[in-house]
Amino acid sequence: MTDLHWLPTIPDWRQRLKAIPSEPATAWDNAVALANARLNFVLTNALDETVRRVLPNGPETLATKRVRLAVLGSSTLAHLLAGIRAAGLRRGIWIDTYENDYGQYLQELSETDSPLHAFKPNAVLIALDAYHLTAGVTAGMDAETAEAALTEMQDRLREVWRLAREAFRCPIIQQAALPLHLSVLGQNEHRLPGSRAWFVSRLNAAMRAMAEAEGVDILAVDERATRDGIGKWHDTALWHRSKQEVSPTASPLYGDLVGRWLAAKQGRSFKCLVMDLDNTLWGGVIGDDGMDGIVLGQGSPLGEAYTAFQEYARELSRRGVILAVCSKNDEANALEPFEKHPDMVLKRGDIASFVANWSNKADNIRAIAQELNIGLDALCFIDDNPFERNLVRQELPMVAVPEVSDDPTGYPVALADAGYFEGLSVTDEDRERTSQYQGNKARDALKAAVTDLPSYLRGLEMQLIWKRFDKIGLQRIVQLINKSNQFNLTTRRYTDEDVIAVMADPDAFGLQLRLTDRFGDNGIIAIIIGRLQANKDLEIDTWLMSCRVLGRQVEPTTLNLIAAEAAKLGARRLVGTYIPTKKNAMVKEHYVRLGFTVMDSDAAGGNRNILDLAAFTPAETFIHVVEG
Amino acid sequence: MATEAEIYGDLTEIFHDVFMRDDIKLSPELTAKGVQGWDSFKQIEIIMACEEKWGIKFNTRELDALRCVGDLATMVGKKIG
Repeated sequence: MTDLHWLPTIPDWRQRLKAIPSEPATAWDNAVALANARLNFVLTNALDETVRRVLPNGPETLATKRVRLAVLGSSTLAHLLAGIRAAGLRRGIWIDTYENDYGQYLQELSETDSPLHAFKPNAVLIALDAYHLTAGVTAGMDAETAEAALTEMQDRLREVWRLAREAFRCPIIQQAALPLHLSVLGQNEHRLPGSRAWFVSRLNAAMRAMAEAEGVDILAVDERATRDGIGKWHDTALWHRSKQEVSPTASPLYGDLVGRWLAAKQGRSFKCLVMDLDNTLWGGVIGDDGMDGIVLGQGSPLGEAYTAFQEYARELSRRGVILAVCSKNDEANALEPFEKHPDMVLKRGDIASFVANWSNKADNIRAIAQELNIGLDALCFIDDNPFERNLVRQELPMVAVPEVSDDPTGYPVALADAGYFEGLSVTDEDRERTSQYQGNKARDALKAAVTDLPSYLRGLEMQLIWKRFDKIGLQRIVQLINKSNQFNLTTRRYTDEDVIAVMADPDAFGLQLRLTDRFGDNGIIAIIIGRLQANKDLEIDTWLMSCRVLGRQVEPTTLNLIAAEAAKLGARRLVGTYIPTKKNAMVKEHYVRLGFTVMDSDAAGGNRNILDLAAFTPAETFIHVVEG
Repeated sequence: MATEAEIYGDLTEIFHDVFMRDDIKLSPELTAKGVQGWDSFKQIEIIMACEEKWGIKFNTRELDALRCVGDLATMVGKKIG
């Protein structure tokens, strides 16, 4: 696929494009945000046109270096330029482009009074089409003639590079030849010396060797076409019609390949991969499922997919990408697999910064950047949870957050296709980097910055849809009651029969809570069982919640609901109990945080708490409560 | 099966995106002369946006036969059945 699948779709994109203001700095920021969406070629063109109209000369000041890119080629190029400029915009880089008159690249390079020279490029892309590069090559050639043709083409390329380098003294990138020729011999095409298809393969290999010697970089469209299918990159009918070698539908990706090269040249590639743990590095929730319960390693297709992702992350780390962990977990739980799980590919020593706590992830990512002493714009954050991804995108727009599904098979693909870590060379230092960062650790200095969580939550359009226990939900209710360990006040385990008994009891209620938001349905996320006592106290027998929805005001909203249901049964007070286990320390203060008064605490760390319903004022939250 | 009105609705969105204008009203008789900026490159954009939108492919003869919006809508209708 040639679409920018790692970027999110922005639902109100068209409206936001129309609403781009004229004030330059704001216009630029808005445009950068819009460029970081999954755009096809039509919307890429629309964005580029709008930006050029509102900001004809770009923003006044920029942290990045302005680029003047000359695109030199032998066929139609105009349709590629918007994609290139939009890819610059995506990275906060302003790009002016120049294209030579149709086919005139060599003349314009040679003539010092040409418009190309007047443009004064500070980067040059040589984009010669594969028809041009194989001109004269034919199946009738013997081996010697074909070899001479290859040498001649190499010499011509070298000459083009020399002209560009001497005229402009700037970085040069050479587009590899697209493998668009059909075979004429067949599978053993390489036995036909004058085969154009084979010539392209050989030229691409020779070009890479030459580029090493000449200090030229390669735009590897041949590798992309191999992955995506040449049909996604080149449309023969379109070539006949308009001499566009690269199909317009592939132009956003083509542009992005150029954009990531320009960014890498400015040292602006991403440097650090920050990874979530539960359902990102392994399947399941370590705090609930435990070491035996998480899915990882041989024996299950899903487990192998998580292993493969860990292996890809380790490969990245071995070539210099820093790895970090950002997880909502108790630190001891989060560390346990790294230390003890036999199928973990990544070890604690591979992770330069390890942050596992219950704070919000935007603050934790700031802390990671601070600890590693790198900019936030060098971080790429991968998480299976759309809530976390969007929180980080909103709070820290400079952090790259690939859009991924819950299928771990796609995680390495997203990272690779997005080109976040585009590198131009590898040094010994790169290969040792992780250990350096580990040495520099300054964990104590974590200072949480303040994230504007309320505005994020307000924009989420959350709905808490609640129902009494019912037969349809029975299986899921029993599963949650028996599986939840962390956010579980009493950890009482019940069977199907126990739950059915609650349904039948007029002095009890069982509530199942579902949370939806702008990004989708989180499913049943909380279970409540309340039992009315003879003295009109409503005992909260069970209160458990999925940790996925922590920090979203679900707890106070749930309390509002419990209070209302309790009042219907005629209760005067709520009584909430915390029974400590090895895993539920996070909810020790749960009732106090919600405004209950501690009635007594025991030596084991448990507590009982009271809330007087007559004095209770429901908390205001951003969650809309609906009976479902 | 898409109705003619649905096809025109989707085509209108494509035209609005391609020309970045909301005021283009599509009619079967509309031709390139009737829309400012509708050149051969925009023509290719429109065609490719249609191919992407409906997952269809036009061949060279079909493209050469296109004279007006009506031709395009009819051809899309035939292809998506």
